[in-house]
Amino acid sequence: MRWSLPTVAVAPDLKPNLWDLALIPVIFALLALLAYGSTQMTTPYDVGEKLALSLDPVNLPYYLLRSALRMAAALLASLAFTLVYATLAAKVPALEKVLVPVLDILQSIPILGFLSITVAGFIALFPGNLLGVECAAIFAIFTSQAWNMTFSLYSSLKTVPNDLIEASKVFHLSAWQRFWRLEMPWGMPGLVWNMMISVSGGWFFVVASEAITVSGQTIMLPGVGSYIALAIAEKNLEAIGWAILAVLAGIVVYDQLMFRPLVAWTDKFRVDTAPGEQRPESWLLTLMQRGRLFRALAKLPGLVWDLTAAGLRRRRPEAPEFHATDRLSLTLPAWASHAWDALLILATVAALVQVGLFVHGSVGLIEMGQVLLYGLATTVRVVVLIFLASLIWVPIGVWIGQRPMVAQNVQWIAQFLAAFPANLMFPVAVLLILRFDLNVDVWTSPLMILGTQWYILFNVISGAAAMPQDMKDAAGNLGLSGWLRWKKFILPAIFPSYVTGAFNAAGGSWNAAIVSELVSWGDTTLRAVGLGSYIAKATVDGDFPRIALGIAVMCLFVMGFNRFLWRPLYMRAADRVRLD
Amino acid sequence: MAEITAAPTALLDLRGVRKTFRTPERHERTVLEGVDFKLEEGEIVALLGKSGSGKSTLLRIMAGLIKANGGEVKYRGRPITGPARGISMVFQSFALFPWLTVQENVELGLEAAGIGKAEREERANEAIDLIGLGGYESAYPKELSGGMRQRVGFARALVMRPDVLLLDEPFSALDVLTSETLREDLVELWDERKIPTKGILLISHNIEEAVSVADRVLVFSSDPGRVRAEIRVNLPRPRDTESAAFRQIVDEVYTLMTANVRGGGLGAAEQLTLGYRLPDTTPGKMAGLLETIAEAPFHGRADLPQLAEETELEDDQLFHLFEGLRVLGLARIAAGDIFVTPSGQAFVEAEDAYRKDLFAEALVKNIPLAAHIRRVLDERKDHRAPEDRFLQELQDYLTDDEAERVLETAITWGRYAEIFDYDYNAGVLMLPEEVVEEMEAGDDIHDDTDLRE
Repeated sequence: MRWSLPTVAVAPDLKPNLWDLALIPVIFALLALLAYGSTQMTTPYDVGEKLALSLDPVNLPYYLLRSALRMAAALLASLAFTLVYATLAAKVPALEKVLVPVLDILQSIPILGFLSITVAGFIALFPGNLLGVECAAIFAIFTSQAWNMTFSLYSSLKTVPNDLIEASKVFHLSAWQRFWRLEMPWGMPGLVWNMMISVSGGWFFVVASEAITVSGQTIMLPGVGSYIALAIAEKNLEAIGWAILAVLAGIVVYDQLMFRPLVAWTDKFRVDTAPGEQRPESWLLTLMQRGRLFRALAKLPGLVWDLTAAGLRRRRPEAPEFHATDRLSLTLPAWASHAWDALLILATVAALVQVGLFVHGSVGLIEMGQVLLYGLATTVRVVVLIFLASLIWVPIGVWIGQRPMVAQNVQWIAQFLAAFPANLMFPVAVLLILRFDLNVDVWTSPLMILGTQWYILFNVISGAAAMPQDMKDAAGNLGLSGWLRWKKFILPAIFPSYVTGAFNAAGGSWNAAIVSELVSWGDTTLRAVGLGSYIAKATVDGDFPRIALGIAVMCLFVMGFNRFLWRPLYMRAADRVRLD
Repeated sequence: MAEITAAPTALLDLRGVRKTFRTPERHERTVLEGVDFKLEEGEIVALLGKSGSGKSTLLRIMAGLIKANGGEVKYRGRPITGPARGISMVFQSFALFPWLTVQENVELGLEAAGIGKAEREERANEAIDLIGLGGYESAYPKELSGGMRQRVGFARALVMRPDVLLLDEPFSALDVLTSETLREDLVELWDERKIPTKGILLISHNIEEAVSVADRVLVFSSDPGRVRAEIRVNLPRPRDTESAAFRQIVDEVYTLMTANVRGGGLGAAEQLTLGYRLPDTTPGKMAGLLETIAEAPFHGRADLPQLAEETELEDDQLFHLFEGLRVLGLARIAAGDIFVTPSGQAFVEAEDAYRKDLFAEALVKNIPLAAHIRRVLDERKDHRAPEDRFLQELQDYLTDDEAERVLETAITWGRYAEIFDYDYNAGVLMLPEEVVEEMEAGDDIHDDTDLRE
């Protein structure tokens, strides 16, 4: 398990070979784009000033670049956050008590609610510069990406196999060495996988977060999202078509240039691979690993590592014969631990009182009850839609999953569709609703699940594809057919995958409620009754107490669902299909 | 063949069965070719063959789970078009449904057959008691040990009161003791007519297991799979595995199984092709086995069953080892015995470093794939070549999976011999560093194509 790209020194000269030739232009082009895009982020700007935005498709590549850069910045920030937060949570039990539940709550907060609350702060941070608004947008995307990554690393850090820990102790690794040589590599596959999920979900929020409302004014950052917002305002369907194409291109580029290489690379950190399993592949990584120059470059991290290690050694001239074993975690003495607990309880009580006063003062109990009812309305939508989507996608997913040739292609398409920001399709829905004069409360609902139903499909596909051949043969030999086959064999077998998919779909739908219960086309605005439209309206009005209340209530609903429905369901399902 | 009408119909009757598979890349591989097989009433037949010889495929064709591409497959004179009611199957992996209890698992087939609840329960209880699972009705499979799980597998098959029982290596996932007990229990049920089953087909790769159970043992050969030989076992059951008669039959089967190894093995005479399926084994294991044969008590010549007992290796592994030693010319096999050849003897006596040289020599001389890889690497300017190149060449002969396995084996052997090296992450084969340095040093004097001697 090496942290650097592995290399085998065959030819010591650095002459580039053919592989390098193919790769160098790609790298330079990327660097140039990166530099150009980032200088554009820091141009002077004052609130109220209108940023030039045009619907000419010629500008789209540039807008796409800006959006993609925001995504990249958010991803970097998420990574940094993950490293610090997950490590602290895993290593310091006193902090773990706070950090893990806080993360759980953060995860359930509707992301789009963040934007309006934070943007003012960021603008104040960089007065007279566009960077403040950029930061707010990036922050919104960050909040859609960071939590699952952090959870992934945290749980990896908590589950490092004991024999590997013991081995690292026997060989006297310092805590620093152990982190980079053991714990990080161990958590790598999970982290990269979650990064991919994050970016895939991130496109939705890129589109939603670029048009920001501050104190009644709308700032449109140059980007695909603003382009779409403008197209909607100007009722330009053609422009929307172009935007869809641009986003598709963005998704493909991210997938090919970043995630395929990363996933293929992290394959080496996997401790065991099931025989016959396809190893992930990436043309870019292959180029890099075969190119001579890149093989040489890949040695750099290893060199830096060796130098720092040498530096550390110099500071500790004599290695003691008995190594004082580094503690795995930082524990406090008993009295401090108790004091900390008391402090936490105190803080919670204080916060509760504060919230009670706030709500009573600025919103009132009656409206609070009303908001809860809105929450119920949105809940009904989510539940009904998940149910309907399941009815459609479970049989289709099972059918596809049992045909490996079809599954390979469809799986990719489904993941792609999940990454595709469904909010791009909203204008079409508005047009249809207006055209046929449909009930707004009912017919805006499908928008919530438009982008998230794919989670159900591709999880069911992978569940069905993973059914052991022997079990299928046994079902065949016993003559199972029709409903009995579904009831006793197929449904139980795919249930854990289905629950995972439905859980993700439901989570995404809650978030999507904020943009789908209040949709517009030109100057027509359709509003469905629900918690999502409540938050969306409060955001447009810049009404902070109501935004906060709406978000808190939605957060409560989501957490309740996770805690009392999805988690128990998943545990039960996973336990039932387990054989050992 | 005219007597078919006169003779009572066989339970299972297969003629000229053919099965081909198509890989995603459209390579076609013939798994079974011209298989003739009969299962008569009242007999237990064992089908022996190496892993990957297509015997499980054949079993699934009889079970009606997959269709043959050619030939006739009949159950009691009627062509099999799907899973037949009278044919039950027991799986190597047990294939129980983890979300159902023992009772529910056993009842499932009856439920599918549309049998009412009361009768289902009664028959399930009967089968559960018969197979010694009483008291575990409400347990989930995960709560049971491997042996108990396979008992559920048997109960699930027997509750259907099958005519024919197909056993797909049902004991090979169990430890020796458990598998012996379960096997004996099954034979007892059969011999005492406690089950209505008329014929049993057992697939196995364990020679002793096959001989101790079956009335007939069929030896199955691979590439493509077909029945190659038949041995009748006319010993009363239960059989004493230590008796001379039993030992003699085991010996006979070993001889047949190894004669299967192409040509019987006079070493260098036979010419392998590039697409030769390298046996799935490692140089370390081959060296170990060769040492065992060379030392006491064998002193260079070993009786195969005895060797199997001494090394405690599975028959399947052992056959791969024999094949490896044989194609490298380190050992040869004749009349159920294995001999160390002179070059094998030299290998055993050599120091570790020199052993590698001898192995390298044998590898380049006898295995076309290894020689080919080395030649390509020698000729390339940077002495590196992507693995895909060789994989593609192998895919002309083998399925994709098999091509990958063969190349992996070649890499393992080549690394041990230090004739080439492999970068896992880049998927590139290359000459070892020392060889390249040596070559560059000697470059001025002569061509760089000769191998290390």
